[in-house]
Amino acid sequence: MVLFGSSLSPIRSRPKTTIYNCITAVVLRVVLNWKLAGDTTMKMRKGVLLVLFTLCFVLSLFAPSHSGFQSDELLVDDDEVGLPQTQSQQSSSVPKSDQTTVTTPSPTPRRKFSDSDSDSKIQFTLEHAFGDSDFAPAGTFSARLKTSAHGGQTLTKLRFSRNALTDAEKENFKNLVDGDDFYKIRLPSNVLSPPGKDFVVTSVRARCLPRETLDEHFVIHTDGVNILGVNYGAPAPCSYPRPAKLPSKWSFNSYTILKNTEQAPRTPLFIQDVLKNGEEGEGEVVAPPERSFWAKYWMYVIPLGLIVVNAVTQAMNMPEEQASGQPGGAPAAPGAVQRAPSSAARRR
Amino acid sequence: MHKNPSSSPSRSVYLVTLIDETRREKKTLGKDFSSAMATMLRVFLLLLSLLSLTAPAFSLYEDQVGLADWHQKYIGKVKDAVFHTQKTGRKRVVVSTEENVIASLDLRHGEIFWRHVLGPNDAIDGIDIAMGKYVITLSSEGSILRAWNLPDGQMVWESFLQGPYSSKSSLLVPASLRVDKDNVILAFGKGCIHAISAIHGDTLWKKDLEADSFEIQYMIQASDSDVIHLVGFVGSSQFDSYTIDAKSGELIKHDSAAIPGGYSGQAALVSSNTLVVMDSAGSTVTTISFHDGKVTFNQTPVSTLIEDFVGKAIISASKLEGLFSVKTGTLTLFVRVTVEGKLEVVNKVDYATAVSDLLAISEDRQAFAFVHSRSTDIDLTVKLGADWNHDLLKESVKMDQERGSVKKVFINNYIRTDRSHGFRALIVMEDHSLLLVQQGAIVWSREDALASVIDVKTSELPVEKKGVSVAKVEETLFEWLQGHVLKLKGTLMLASPDDMAAIQALRLKASGKSKMTRDHNGFRKLLIVLTKAGKIFALHTGDGRIIWSRLLNSLRQSATCEAPTGLNLFPWHVPHHHALDENPSVLVVSRCGPSDDALGLLSFVDTYTGKELSSASLDHSVVQVIPLPFMDSTEQRLHLLIDASGQAHLYPKTSDALSIFRPELSNVYWYSVEAETGIIKGYALKEKASDNYSFDTRSIWSIVFPSESEKIIKSSARKSNEVVHTQAKVIADQDAMFKYISKNLLFVATVAPKASGDIGSSTPEESWLIVYLIDTITGRILQRMTHHGAQGPVEAVVSENWVIYHYFNLRAHRYEMSVIEIYDQSRADNKDVWKLILGKHNLTSPVSSYSRPEVMTRSQSYFFTHSVKSIAVTSTAKGITSKQLLIGTVGDQVLALDKRFLDPRRSVNPTQAEKEEGIIPLADSLPIIPQSYVTHALKVEGLRGIETVPAKLESTTLIFAYGVDLFFTRFAPSRTYDSLTEDFSYALLLLTIVALVAAIFITWILSEKKELRDKWR
Repeated sequence: MVLFGSSLSPIRSRPKTTIYNCITAVVLRVVLNWKLAGDTTMKMRKGVLLVLFTLCFVLSLFAPSHSGFQSDELLVDDDEVGLPQTQSQQSSSVPKSDQTTVTTPSPTPRRKFSDSDSDSKIQFTLEHAFGDSDFAPAGTFSARLKTSAHGGQTLTKLRFSRNALTDAEKENFKNLVDGDDFYKIRLPSNVLSPPGKDFVVTSVRARCLPRETLDEHFVIHTDGVNILGVNYGAPAPCSYPRPAKLPSKWSFNSYTILKNTEQAPRTPLFIQDVLKNGEEGEGEVVAPPERSFWAKYWMYVIPLGLIVVNAVTQAMNMPEEQASGQPGGAPAAPGAVQRAPSSAARRR
Repeated sequence: MHKNPSSSPSRSVYLVTLIDETRREKKTLGKDFSSAMATMLRVFLLLLSLLSLTAPAFSLYEDQVGLADWHQKYIGKVKDAVFHTQKTGRKRVVVSTEENVIASLDLRHGEIFWRHVLGPNDAIDGIDIAMGKYVITLSSEGSILRAWNLPDGQMVWESFLQGPYSSKSSLLVPASLRVDKDNVILAFGKGCIHAISAIHGDTLWKKDLEADSFEIQYMIQASDSDVIHLVGFVGSSQFDSYTIDAKSGELIKHDSAAIPGGYSGQAALVSSNTLVVMDSAGSTVTTISFHDGKVTFNQTPVSTLIEDFVGKAIISASKLEGLFSVKTGTLTLFVRVTVEGKLEVVNKVDYATAVSDLLAISEDRQAFAFVHSRSTDIDLTVKLGADWNHDLLKESVKMDQERGSVKKVFINNYIRTDRSHGFRALIVMEDHSLLLVQQGAIVWSREDALASVIDVKTSELPVEKKGVSVAKVEETLFEWLQGHVLKLKGTLMLASPDDMAAIQALRLKASGKSKMTRDHNGFRKLLIVLTKAGKIFALHTGDGRIIWSRLLNSLRQSATCEAPTGLNLFPWHVPHHHALDENPSVLVVSRCGPSDDALGLLSFVDTYTGKELSSASLDHSVVQVIPLPFMDSTEQRLHLLIDASGQAHLYPKTSDALSIFRPELSNVYWYSVEAETGIIKGYALKEKASDNYSFDTRSIWSIVFPSESEKIIKSSARKSNEVVHTQAKVIADQDAMFKYISKNLLFVATVAPKASGDIGSSTPEESWLIVYLIDTITGRILQRMTHHGAQGPVEAVVSENWVIYHYFNLRAHRYEMSVIEIYDQSRADNKDVWKLILGKHNLTSPVSSYSRPEVMTRSQSYFFTHSVKSIAVTSTAKGITSKQLLIGTVGDQVLALDKRFLDPRRSVNPTQAEKEEGIIPLADSLPIIPQSYVTHALKVEGLRGIETVPAKLESTTLIFAYGVDLFFTRFAPSRTYDSLTEDFSYALLLLTIVALVAAIFITWILSEKKELRDKWR
């Protein structure tokens, strides 16, 4: 089972879905048009299809720029994917060395590491506590510390090995589950000189962890050699009220992710996009699809037509009535008799 | 007759063909019909959206100003006052205040003639009048000297005084000193003395005293000579006196001597060569006389002046001839200094006494006043400087309300009609109000505590009761009709100018708006305002008048509580709709001093009457107050107070409250942002109570920012009472996005420590801004994002599922605003209809912070022209109405900006569908539409905060902006779609209906007649 980082999967699939949506829209429209078109000429239909495809094309053109300004950094795989190992005692994650990693002293983000970069292995311990008990070592994180030519240091290739729970710890954990209490962990805030300024503490309700095994999920937020915070919890939902449940296997199933800061979308870069796209876009958008006279003016023509038709029928009736009325014009009574029923009918 | 049958078939044939033809038309049209319809619809929608864009959502016509809004001008607590001299003839006084305001007030009515609000860091140190036509102010620790034109307040000139180090400052405007026919102003600041020309502000000469840490006390012009004495202290033990030639700036003499017994910070100038200081222990008075280069000291213990003296005595720094006043714990002593330097007590008065400076009333006579207050009375005594036994004036003035003790008094004299001397006194009270007392009465008073608002809450007004004669306020039907007829005239352009004036007056009066009862729309409320003075006001939202005001006893200075400061207001008791006989109340939380570990004070105030129901001095400090979402059986809200040691205390302390709170104990969390250490910590309560109503707490999470690269400068969270209507957002392609709506979202901004100074103090390379979204229950960092080359100050607002923040971009040299929207992905697959039908969705499952959040964020940045003082967002009753940002601009105005401009989904060329949805094409900067200033032409000087309160009417939100001024208005972010405007002419509607009915009747009668005629024909 592979677990994706929280913000990862939706973004990746995003361009796909837009294109997919576009395609479905086109298909739908084509079907619709087939049905409606009936006996229209082939030419017309082609025109419409062309318009739709250009629209779709324009859309797909914008898709990259669209997602680009939203957060281009999200496309870059920032999160590390933790792979749970079959051996539950030891789980590790192999982080990719990504470009967005920020090196501590120098704020320039995208820096390629030269070959002369020195790597060193470091280790730091994870400590845990049951409720208000004291902290005790619970596992070891080992990572590579990359030092760039400019003196910036980054953590990569994080591995984690959990110590097995002792009987006493199991008992403690059971007590936590009974009391719905906190299972706490802590990490040093500086991996080079632990504990640094202070420990980074985080805790979870003990009832959230047990499944088959004890499932845990770490997201460690780092900045160079500093650890800012740890998102710790169960990978599965854990909603209130939490049922008290003990694991069938007393071993930890750990996923770890190393996370660095993301780059905010920059406005200036975006202006150039605006200018470029604006010019291109206008060129494309301004050319409106050529439409037939009917398509443009049907809403005026039909009422006009109806009025004309109406007027014509009126005009046709008038002479008839006059023709029928005038011969018997001399006797007034028949005319009145003739009209009376019509007015009665009108009244109805 | 014969032709008829033949004609009808032909006609029917034609009709058939016609139908056939239309059918064919329809067929040919069919292809385009649907698309044409769609385009029509789209064009229409687009037009609609464009229309709503181009026409700002809020703009006023000139005659609508003041209908729903009000604006009040204040100046703040008066620090110093200068009366116009007799010669200028105008009855005005110029004051400088603690809110850094300089204002000219009318002595007859207390109105503001002109007023200038200097910046928040530009405190006024000295004020005087030069040459009878300029007001001179010295501000910013003696580095800025300005001259203002006395009649109209125009700035005449401004000089920046430079100096090597900061020090106390002093201003002297000698009446008769001239250098090269120029009137001279002497200003001491930053270790230098400057002589400035009063006419054009040029520096005539400058003298650096070359003495570090010389704190000036007085600058004295020896009578009718060109010699200036500067007296002051270095540290707390050395007395220094400089003599300087005022014409050239040459240092004539410098004397220095160590003061026996030290110096405590107060000094009084008794004569031009005698200074009286209190020693650092506060028990000995030292008289320093400096004459002809000799400095002599003379010490007198306070205990010789007054028997059974204990504690510390304070010398009040006022200039009196041969006299000074000493304040001990209970009394104020007036002490005379004899020529030999001996001290003798002249009089003893009550402790709470203020003494004015000396005022020259004629060539050789000088007077001073002292005022002290007795509960509702103030006694004003004016005495001749030298002669203690003779009172020039002794008056007792009754006050209309409790205003506390007298803090300051300034006197001014005038010639009465009987040619004797009259005196008027400007009195500053403990509640920061300003009174003018003349002829034994208060001529006017100003409630200037309202210039320093700390917190605002609203309270509902009482429900209109039957039997209570509200009818008096209500107008009669005839008046109502008359008003509407007038309005109708106005609409039909028949009104004469007189009528127009009457209409305008009618509208401004709007009889209903200032009533003291609840209205259907929820526009009428009470604004409960807590001020720095410890005074609470209730303002009516209709017209801004003060319903009641109360100087809280618990917030007054006392022996147990040195410097009480108000912190917050909380609604304490909010009775439900039907409890008519119960009055709501507010909780005032304050503490005895500026530090976190000072003991707390609670006070409960009835919001209808202003009565202080009860108060309590706590035995613990108050760092944080958490209003809990529970109520006890008497409808009192439960509050949790966190003290400095991390203990939580439950209020009210009743067993009822405890039994309600206990089951929820494990679900209460809170957090603290420690900006100094750069740590954010989360806490939970321990199950066991340490005593009945106190609970131990424990830290459950922490986030540690590396101190070498990050410094917290801003944290902001959602308003706890915000209502969100829709959980999901339907986007253009018929897709839905679920908002991540959590009450526990915290926004934190950190900057590089190097870049935490002013803008321009660091390069873009070494500055960055990192923003965080944190879940405050578990301490999870949901989002972390870096803005390179950006720095603070940061202003932020969190609402629904988004954060908007404002900062400075050093690379672009412009301010920017960014938006982060956060969406919940765990509920994203609920879009399947079948799942919804079969009930396989998780929409109803409770949301827990302990579940791993699957969130997606989107963000975008835009340039914004202004720097920002405060950002708020509109809030409506049900949260349906779209949001607008309310931006307090640097020009002290409130700008409304549609949230749609700050949509991260804006793109360069939005698709048709997106346009329909209301997405605005992307631009790099946010527009500032002049019509969308909520404050229209007004300025809320010294703007500090914007508060929004929902009205009952969904479309409308009430906005209260405060600073030195107060401003209130009603605002409809998407226009008032759910009610008719107040201008709506009911008479016109009525008239139209009547006319229509009449027309129907007439036509009916006519048609009947016609038919009858036809029948008879």
